Amino acid sequence: MTTRTQSLKALSAVAVGLLALSACGSSAGADSSAPDPLGTTSGPITLKLATFNQFGYEDLITEYMATHSNITIEHKKAATSNEARDNLNTRLAAGSGLSDIEAVEVDWLPELMQYSDKFVDLTSPEVTGRWLDWKVKAATDEEGRLIGYGTDVGPEAICYRGDLFEKAGLPSDREAVAQLLGNTWDSYFAAGRQFAAKSEVPWFDSLGATWQGMVNQIQAAYESPAGDVIATTNPEVKQTYDAVVKAGITDGLSAKLQQWSDDWVASFQDNGFATMLCPGWMVGVIEGNAKGVKGWDVANTFPGGGGNWGGSYLTVPTQSEHQAEAKAFAAWLTAPEQQIKAFQKVGAFPSQQAALDSPDLASVTVPFFNDAPTGQIFADRAKAVTVSPFKGPKYFPINDAMQQALTRVEDGSATPEVSWEKFVADVQALG
Amino acid sequence: MLEMDTARSTPRDTVDAVPAGERAVPARTSASAGPAGGHHPSQRARWRQRLSRFDTKASPYAYISPFFIIFGVVGLFPLLYTAWVSLHEWHLIGGQGDFVGLKNFQDVLEQRFFWNAVRNTFSIFLLSSVPQVIAALLIAVALDSGIRAKGFWRMGVLLPYVIAPVAVVLIFNDLFGDRYGLVNELLGWVGLDPVQWHKDTLSSHLAIATMVNFRWTGYNALIFLAAMQTIPRDYYEAALIDGAGRIRTFFSITVPQLRATIIFVTITSTIGGLQIFDEPRMFDQYGQGGADRQWQTLTIYLYNLGWNQKNFGRASAVAWLLFLIIVAIAVVNFFVIRRIASREEER
Repeated sequence: MTTRTQSLKALSAVAVGLLALSACGSSAGADSSAPDPLGTTSGPITLKLATFNQFGYEDLITEYMATHSNITIEHKKAATSNEARDNLNTRLAAGSGLSDIEAVEVDWLPELMQYSDKFVDLTSPEVTGRWLDWKVKAATDEEGRLIGYGTDVGPEAICYRGDLFEKAGLPSDREAVAQLLGNTWDSYFAAGRQFAAKSEVPWFDSLGATWQGMVNQIQAAYESPAGDVIATTNPEVKQTYDAVVKAGITDGLSAKLQQWSDDWVASFQDNGFATMLCPGWMVGVIEGNAKGVKGWDVANTFPGGGGNWGGSYLTVPTQSEHQAEAKAFAAWLTAPEQQIKAFQKVGAFPSQQAALDSPDLASVTVPFFNDAPTGQIFADRAKAVTVSPFKGPKYFPINDAMQQALTRVEDGSATPEVSWEKFVADVQALG
Repeated sequence: MLEMDTARSTPRDTVDAVPAGERAVPARTSASAGPAGGHHPSQRARWRQRLSRFDTKASPYAYISPFFIIFGVVGLFPLLYTAWVSLHEWHLIGGQGDFVGLKNFQDVLEQRFFWNAVRNTFSIFLLSSVPQVIAALLIAVALDSGIRAKGFWRMGVLLPYVIAPVAVVLIFNDLFGDRYGLVNELLGWVGLDPVQWHKDTLSSHLAIATMVNFRWTGYNALIFLAAMQTIPRDYYEAALIDGAGRIRTFFSITVPQLRATIIFVTITSTIGGLQIFDEPRMFDQYGQGGADRQWQTLTIYLYNLGWNQKNFGRASAVAWLLFLIIVAIAVVNFFVIRRIASREEER
């Protein structure tokens, strides 16, 4: 451990040296004026908060500063979660430069869990039982330290085009569609085949997006909790791969549009596909991409029971000089009342138990989605999540390799068998 | 060769000239102080003499030292430190692990992605550099001829260079969409099949090379233009009297006269081409160079190893391999230039 620390110091010295060259004077000055690292004194301090995409915190920050006159909050927003991840990794490696509160997305939380000692233990009686169990479990390390306060979750439902359903002679109202789709992957794909018989429009957007929903229901997909890589030998992974390829390619249900690609975005204006797996935050994405398109709706069901996709945490790195204040502020931000306000603002669905039963949440409807009661639907979907999948430190690169394997099948650059073999080779190359 | 001779003779002249002048000054001082001082002044004179000799020897080094100090800190040190990292297991956050010798190099060289990345890098480099230099030359000739509103056109060719590379990629990506892109739409109008820009290896390289060319052609054209304007106009007039056409003068006067500039542009675009990163990284939403690594270049590969897999050991090994490739190409460049230079001497 000592050699590690020393080398880290050496690395950080380089990084700090380079940063100093590119002028970073002002923030260093602000920090050094703080008298006490533990923050027991109440002099004026500046807390830095780093988030990405949309957390909906702007008004809440103003509110907090009004009630805490000694605290100034600086909000740094990264445009994408990948950018935030790069920034966090780099500065964690350098040993300095992180904000007092760093937002972390659930997908890259596992790779940080093995370095959980770089984050402050946020356990506190005040917050016990605040969140959904699986949300807390994912951010608790082996020694029982809680390193992140849950902000939002991504409980998944199915979003669908009611107008296209009608044209294919299928029911289009929410309850009947939920019945039709059923609650298993088999029934979801069967409904797709029924739809495909009457319509030219593909059933779902891509293998990769559908895979995401399926893999999050496997208890330990790529790595065993003991630390072995099992991705290539786990029969569940291969079966799921075969199932999604059969539905998407053999039965022709996939539109073969990779999520977030330019073609995918453009396809919302062109009847690209009839359904998609739909976490709470996707509602806003669809509304943005499909501006002017009528017919989108949300069905209160999800194949395989419940599923979660995305959602974030607020962490306090041990680098912070104001750990106590940062912890208090993070606890306030992630309280049910505040997260409901964030949901109303940007649609980030709260991960707090109390928020799910709140009438303020249940009353939320979205006009674009045929006035669907999204608050109520996603609260039901959040409660249906039972599996908290184990994700080891290599989850991110292995899942990337799988996504690319599925893309190869979709664009026709490899047969399903060849693409699987390449996936196996890619996972082995990770070493 | 003429420049080289002057370059060599300049320092020799200064070294000779300066001490001569300096020597003269103490001599004059001791002569005027001689009657009054005696022993002491001559000692002081010797001291000053020594000091001035030291000054002439050391100060040139002091003047050039800022470059070498900065180069040492931001160039040489990272280079050596990277070599050190490449010999260890090294995690982005966890830091240094066990010493593993050349295992990282072995691992990387055994992976299909490494050789794939080498191929992609050279393919994109050739597809961008060759048409770029040719197009830049032709544009420069057009700008050099008597067209109206010269300033406007010259500003115009530089405009793409001012746009941030990422913005260029975002716009071009929209054009190169596989299904809803404008380029495929246009191809459809003339009856051609849509091109799978994000699937076919060569098509993806073409699309990326197009972005690079868009950005750099104008810049290189201006460099060529500047060089062209130093060619004496008499040559062209003489050729015209001899009855040479435009094409003949281009190949017999313009191109030979621009030889040094062409070499310069080739070298700079080689360095840029081998380090290409922004365009392929932004070419799709994952930034890893495609599902089958169709357009993964060496720098993208390096970045993925370091920041995605967090394997700094292997990333450093790739960085060194890239460095060695660039050195190898620089050596080739050097010999090519020497041959061209000696051929010029023969004339």
